[in-house]
Amino acid sequence: MSDLLEQPKAETKPLSGAGKSYGIPMSVLAEITHRCPLQCPYCSNPVELDRANAELTTDEWKRVISEMADMGVLQIHFSGGEPTARRDLAELIRHATEVGLYSNLITSAVLLTRDRLAELSDAGLSHVQISFQGSEAQLADRVGGYRGGHGKKLEAARWTRELGLPLTINAVMHRQNLHQLPEIIEMAVALDAERLEVANVQYYGWALKNRAALMPTEEQVDWTTQIVEEARERLHGILAIDYVIPDYYALQPKKCMGGWGQQFFNISPSGKVLPCHAAESITGLQFDSIRDHSLAWIWENSPALNLYRGTDWMPEPCRSCALKEEDFGGCRCQAFALTGNASATDPACSFSPFHEKIFRAAKTEAEGSDQFIYRNFKGGTPEANRS
Amino acid sequence: MSAVPARTLRLELTDASRPRLARHARLKFDKVRELWVLLVPERVLVPDETAIEILNLCDGERSIEDVVDLLSEKYAADRELIRTDVIALLQDLADKGYLINAAEEKS
Repeated sequence: MSDLLEQPKAETKPLSGAGKSYGIPMSVLAEITHRCPLQCPYCSNPVELDRANAELTTDEWKRVISEMADMGVLQIHFSGGEPTARRDLAELIRHATEVGLYSNLITSAVLLTRDRLAELSDAGLSHVQISFQGSEAQLADRVGGYRGGHGKKLEAARWTRELGLPLTINAVMHRQNLHQLPEIIEMAVALDAERLEVANVQYYGWALKNRAALMPTEEQVDWTTQIVEEARERLHGILAIDYVIPDYYALQPKKCMGGWGQQFFNISPSGKVLPCHAAESITGLQFDSIRDHSLAWIWENSPALNLYRGTDWMPEPCRSCALKEEDFGGCRCQAFALTGNASATDPACSFSPFHEKIFRAAKTEAEGSDQFIYRNFKGGTPEANRS
Repeated sequence: MSAVPARTLRLELTDASRPRLARHARLKFDKVRELWVLLVPERVLVPDETAIEILNLCDGERSIEDVVDLLSEKYAADRELIRTDVIALLQDLADKGYLINAAEEKS
């Protein structure tokens, strides 16, 4: 059985303009709010957060969820911010279930109660992903900037399994918590999770602000790879572990989102349709809103989505590269963050002229200060009592 | 954490197992793409024709033996070959957590 991702050929349709094609969107990340009680310094949300009064209404979300199903979207990921901060979450999940979508909840879990989770389960929720900031409360609560958070997550993970829902543990890893990886793996097994995502921080937005406090050392990365390989073998059939090495230490760029605007999109709290959750970090791009157009229109016509579809936009060294359709030149947001030019080759690629420079920068930053800048609506607050 | 009974044992399928898809593994026909898909956490799988037929027979009532019997009869093929294929497919899904053995479920 193969992943649908690996079989896009039969279902891509040509766009006007040679060399451009895109698929039927398969899954959507619905960031229903940017509000969140946690203040993680690597948050994937943009630095400029959408305020509560800009958020789409329940009816607007229901309309676009119906449109997703009509377009062929199969899975919806309810995310944020913290999605459970919205009181209408169960109603949105129920609507997604009614139109035939498979729904995932991506949550910090600190606002959940057992009753609330049962309500979401009854609405048809299929899967719960809970983020963890470490293996024990002291470090985890410091990273999340939320006292008591770790304990609440453990409790919510147990309720998830008691209610018969499958559980994924998402562990966001960086220099200051990588040493806890063996304990995190054991925690995932003890919580009866099916999957563990060992998610190395991706450096856009908030994480870019905090890069010096988060960047792992090369030794940590090598050690992590060994730990993951050993655990995968030992826990075969018990716990699946997803792991991608951090971009800055890679030689080849990741096939980001399976290609810009190919099979995924993201809807921001205020209704903008983005090719990924970080795309607003590329300044100068105008993303269309579901308040102005139908989803199907945006998927087909949005200039920002069409900009980096296919391979025609590529400069050298991508243009003449044999791997250009394998990785689509890597990540546009990372290219912008590190070179100031979103159409440059992703510097994670060893063919990029910037590759050496970013690798050196990573090594230098890995020796930097541990002080965080916490994520909030005020543009960030430096951690107290640490420098 | 020790209060939670963790799934520390791999589900190993035998002829007597009565597998069915877990609640979070949903087999459905996608009308837009005109193909069968298996929806699982964070992924969409495309089963081939044989897999679709096998999965549709795995209802938690039939044992693997029953499924193999039905398929051998229908295709008049070597029973042992069919059994190997059926178990290989289902064990792979069980290892990923998408399959439940109804014979082991507490009622």
